[in-house]
Amino acid sequence: MEYILQPWPWYISGPCIAIIMYLLLYFGRTFGMSSNLKTLCTIGGAGKQVEFFKFDWKSQRWNLVVVLGAILGGFIAHKFLSNPIDIDLSENTINDLNALGFKNVGKNLLPPELFAWNSIISLKGLSLLIIGGFLVGFGTRYAGGCTSGHAITGLSSLQKPSLIAVIGFFIGGLIMIHFIYPILF
Amino acid sequence: MGKYIKFFLVGLCFGIVLVKSEAVSWYRIFEMFKFQSFHMYGIIGTAVTTGIVLLLISKQLNTKTIEGNVLKVPLKEKGFIRYIIGGIIFGLGWALCGACPGPMYILVGTGVFSILIVIAAALLGTFMYGVLKNKLPH
Repeated sequence: MEYILQPWPWYISGPCIAIIMYLLLYFGRTFGMSSNLKTLCTIGGAGKQVEFFKFDWKSQRWNLVVVLGAILGGFIAHKFLSNPIDIDLSENTINDLNALGFKNVGKNLLPPELFAWNSIISLKGLSLLIIGGFLVGFGTRYAGGCTSGHAITGLSSLQKPSLIAVIGFFIGGLIMIHFIYPILF
Repeated sequence: MGKYIKFFLVGLCFGIVLVKSEAVSWYRIFEMFKFQSFHMYGIIGTAVTTGIVLLLISKQLNTKTIEGNVLKVPLKEKGFIRYIIGGIIFGLGWALCGACPGPMYILVGTGVFSILIVIAAALLGTFMYGVLKNKLPH
């Protein structure tokens, strides 16, 4: 139990994710979390206006069930399977974040500076979350997949388009962290 | 209903693994893009390596899915522009809000309800892609 309550090392977590991907393939489906965003748009009626969203969303119901499971999994892991310990970040990361104005680094899963309600009620705080979410939603459909579809499934099956997409993910991420963060924070 | 239980359980495991590995943490994503820890690279690296081995083995054994078809990964369309530009846009957002689509849902379960704003914005982004799809280079 002690081992379960502690954060899991990368060499346990990585293979677990691969097994999850493989199980979905074994069930005749595929691992792709961002597809659910498209499905939710269709359920919301987007297919009435836009051709892209015209498809039988019921064929994707299994994937929405995966999401429901993931939400409950998140709840269980956070509530019952985690000791209240800090995230074991590198010293350099903590120093860099302190320099950007982030306090109590690693005491929560997410920084209160971005996700606490009193941060969100400011125009800047709200804008950051909305812009970030928008870019993820737009980019993932443009690229035809996200971390699960491209980085895990696509690279595991040695597909060149996925390698290009993952290189794109990193170019975008590096630009944001190294060039845009110093302006934002 | 019964046929959905296995998907629910797979999702449940996914949620637990991503929380316990701290891959849902904004801090870990920041650290990854700063190249200051091996943690996230270890997760992605071992996931991909294990995935490659599992897929090679099932190809050798000619494994069938439970529906009786040959187990294989659907191929992505050939292309370059959509993958690199879409990928860069995704990466900018991923690094800003520290969550890709999987973790977004999982974080709801951990009780961070402000992530719902990010999810709503991601839905809007997905919708906008659908609207603009035919005008974008692919």
